Amino acid sequence: MSNQYKLVTCTINGKERSAMVDVRASLTDMLRNDYGLTSVKKGCEVGECGACAVIIDGECFNSCIYLAIWADGKNITTLEGLTHPDGTLSDIQQAFVDESAIQCGFCSPGFMIEAESFLQKGKIYTDDELRKLLSGHLCRCTGYENILRAVKKVMHKRAAESV
Amino acid sequence: MIIGKSYTRVDAYDKATGRTKYTEDLCDKHALVAKIKHSNVAHAIVKSVDISEAEKIPGVVKVLTCFDAPEYLFPTAGHPWSTEESHQDICDRNVLTKHVRYYGDDVAAVVAEDEVAAKRAIEAIKVEYEVLPFVLDVQEAMKDGAPQIHEKYKNNVLAHTQIHKGNYEEAIKEPGLIKIDKWYNTQTVQHCHIENFICYAWEEGGRIHVTSSTQIPHVTRRCVAQALGVDWGRVRVVKPYIGGGFGNKQDALYEPLCAWLTTQVGGRLVKLDCQREETFANNRVRHAIRYHFISWVKPDGTLVARKVECFSNQGAYASHGHAICAKGLGSFPQLYPCENFEGDGWTVFTNRQVGGAMRGYGMPQATFAIEAHTEDICTELGLDPIAYRRKTVMPVGYVDAFSKNELYSDTFNQCLDAGMKYIDFERKREAYKNQTGDIRRGIGVSLLWYNTAVWPIALETSSCRMVMNQDGSIQLQVGETEIGQGADTAFSQMAAETLGIPFEKVHIVSCQDTDVTPFGTGAYASRQTYAAGMGIRGCAEAFKAHILDVAYRYTRMQSYLMDIVDGNIIRKTDGRVLMTLGELALTVLYDREHNEHLTMEKTAQLKTNAYSFGCCFAEVEVDIPMCQVKLLNIINVHDAGTLINPALAEAQVHGGMSMGIGYGLSEKMLYDAKTGKLLNGNLLDYKLSTMMDHPHLEAQFVENPEPTSAYGTKGLGEPPVNPVASAIRNAILNATGVAFDELPMRPHLLYEKFSQAGFFQD
Repeated sequence: MSNQYKLVTCTINGKERSAMVDVRASLTDMLRNDYGLTSVKKGCEVGECGACAVIIDGECFNSCIYLAIWADGKNITTLEGLTHPDGTLSDIQQAFVDESAIQCGFCSPGFMIEAESFLQKGKIYTDDELRKLLSGHLCRCTGYENILRAVKKVMHKRAAESV
Repeated sequence: MIIGKSYTRVDAYDKATGRTKYTEDLCDKHALVAKIKHSNVAHAIVKSVDISEAEKIPGVVKVLTCFDAPEYLFPTAGHPWSTEESHQDICDRNVLTKHVRYYGDDVAAVVAEDEVAAKRAIEAIKVEYEVLPFVLDVQEAMKDGAPQIHEKYKNNVLAHTQIHKGNYEEAIKEPGLIKIDKWYNTQTVQHCHIENFICYAWEEGGRIHVTSSTQIPHVTRRCVAQALGVDWGRVRVVKPYIGGGFGNKQDALYEPLCAWLTTQVGGRLVKLDCQREETFANNRVRHAIRYHFISWVKPDGTLVARKVECFSNQGAYASHGHAICAKGLGSFPQLYPCENFEGDGWTVFTNRQVGGAMRGYGMPQATFAIEAHTEDICTELGLDPIAYRRKTVMPVGYVDAFSKNELYSDTFNQCLDAGMKYIDFERKREAYKNQTGDIRRGIGVSLLWYNTAVWPIALETSSCRMVMNQDGSIQLQVGETEIGQGADTAFSQMAAETLGIPFEKVHIVSCQDTDVTPFGTGAYASRQTYAAGMGIRGCAEAFKAHILDVAYRYTRMQSYLMDIVDGNIIRKTDGRVLMTLGELALTVLYDREHNEHLTMEKTAQLKTNAYSFGCCFAEVEVDIPMCQVKLLNIINVHDAGTLINPALAEAQVHGGMSMGIGYGLSEKMLYDAKTGKLLNGNLLDYKLSTMMDHPHLEAQFVENPEPTSAYGTKGLGEPPVNPVASAIRNAILNATGVAFDELPMRPHLLYEKFSQAGFFQD
């Protein structure tokens, strides 16, 4: 059993953290169970629905099919990391609120974290490109309409601000 | 006015941060884990279960089989209880079964210290079956000699209802009538809420406590008590925020089993968390219903007589049962009134998984059939599909004899006008005439009709409690549940409006707890704004009257001279602010002479109901060689009466349209004919629409306030899904001349039908 646990040290939402983790655990399990990060949702646990998405070293992954031990030395951002320390929302979170893009809220963190990961690149995408970029996330409530609207709004706002 | 404003959802901020607590977030991580041994045969008697190997696995706490389960039979449907035994839901389940009735039925369960041990133990359980023949098709199941699934139900018929009006047999003798005789088939689909079903249970204080991702906490409490044979008061059900329900969670799913399991391990905390594959294979599904329509019409389309048969595939257990088939059947003679109508609806057990409630409750199936058939009549007779619908649809002033529901306004024409204008219907219809070539475009329409709430079929009730804080704000409690649709926000707006306080001063108690929440039957039947609206308004008006009586003590003004406006007690005669509600609440609570805690509780029983209306227009591009349909444009127009929160109403419509697009084009649960096993029970193989599969979803409204409603509302939760598949179907017919009478219209079916149409001959 001694080989079953390993120390995983990584940066989570800007802070270095360490925990002994079951080598069979997914990153979803570690983030939820060891760090209480409830934005990381379990919808399928096989990488189909996108509800567990997190940013690892700048790239978005389904954390349910990413072993916790692979996270050693990595820089991880969850939705909790987007909220400012004083509790104010980031632009992408605020846009989801303002555009009524949240209903049951279960898929919302995955969409927001995905959008954040590609909007960081500062590129302007077409609607078709955005739809493709967000197609790894399933939602049954919104029909995706207001989610697309919210992401576009932030994309254009950031572009305007960077000029 | 607070009604009609697009306030931000009351739960939006927490959901945007990810801190909202859903069931799993609340469960102690040291909970024992329960897993279920599902059968790998479709129909069998369990002869024995060998648990000896399973019990040896480290970490296993308890292994239980169908031979240990209590003998109490219980129902699962999220219906109100009926005090008349004949109207009660059918009790046909045990928490674990000795008679396997579908592939995946629950025969044993393991409680273990962790998930790995539980899963290993499940695999180690050996079940010996006496395998029986099984039947998957609804009409096959009705034949003599078909496998008998439940003892009491001859030919597996759970229920058969008839509607007879006029004289069909005589009417069809009229010379010159044209007979249009067609079958329409709908498929089995699943709800696919992103949060799987999950619950946990423990014992405390001599009672069984269940926290569950449910739409119906009060109903679930009763189902759990029935399953365990205990007094209803010994069970408590808590409903946290839930990650979607869509009707699947309008059923007692595994709460009874989980509650029983905790009683078998000394009341320790037990968590039962369905995997996605179990949500697909072992929760509820939308009934596949097959329809047979025979219409007798005059050359101008006048409907003289109509006969409809509906065959609803119930699957293994009764669940919501015949209510779903009956709702659709009942809609046909209302939507298109016909003097001579014969309707038969059969709900039939098969060895498939269980059909339950799903957004629309039989109406997506029925709407597909009736609106495909209406289009087929127009095509056959060369009639304009819009003009024909305007002429034959339920007229203004129509009153249903049974429900007393009435069509008060010219809503169908208004909805059609709005939809046609947006999608440029007439010009496109003209442009798409006489197309040839591989790529063709088409445009189609479908009406929608929906009956809000459940009166007079069942009890309709909603209770509400308001408690005032020292600052003049209130806690608002209702039994009707937030399941993502935005109900809490709408309820808060209603309370603020009637009580006369700012929206921000309403603190809704979002999550229900049957120990403290006033009785309400939950989220279903698009009843939230209609039913809870009456509870809230009744309570708020009584509370206001009471507050003004109390205010007399401090203001010396007669209550009829005062009002509450924007959180202030004002004198109506001159508008002067006499005191704030906060001052009153604080003063009266700490008054050493007349102390009182300000609160009000009321029950509203509804003896009315409301129709909800609308239409959908779809425009498609069909690639004939590739057998693909691209949805180019789509609009739903709804008359849901007064919109409480237009932004949330619009969002609700988007979600329903999306579900309708999947229903029309891609979603279908596939069953292996040899074993009865579900073949595509995961989110990879089951084709749920992604963002790439949708065009822009346009949602528009016609607001004709419902006269019987506390706030002018009628149902909006379910209606948006109903007309979408038929509108797409009619657009494909317009594009290609091929009538699809089956769903979904995926490439496999297109290939088959286009081949039959001769499109692929050299």
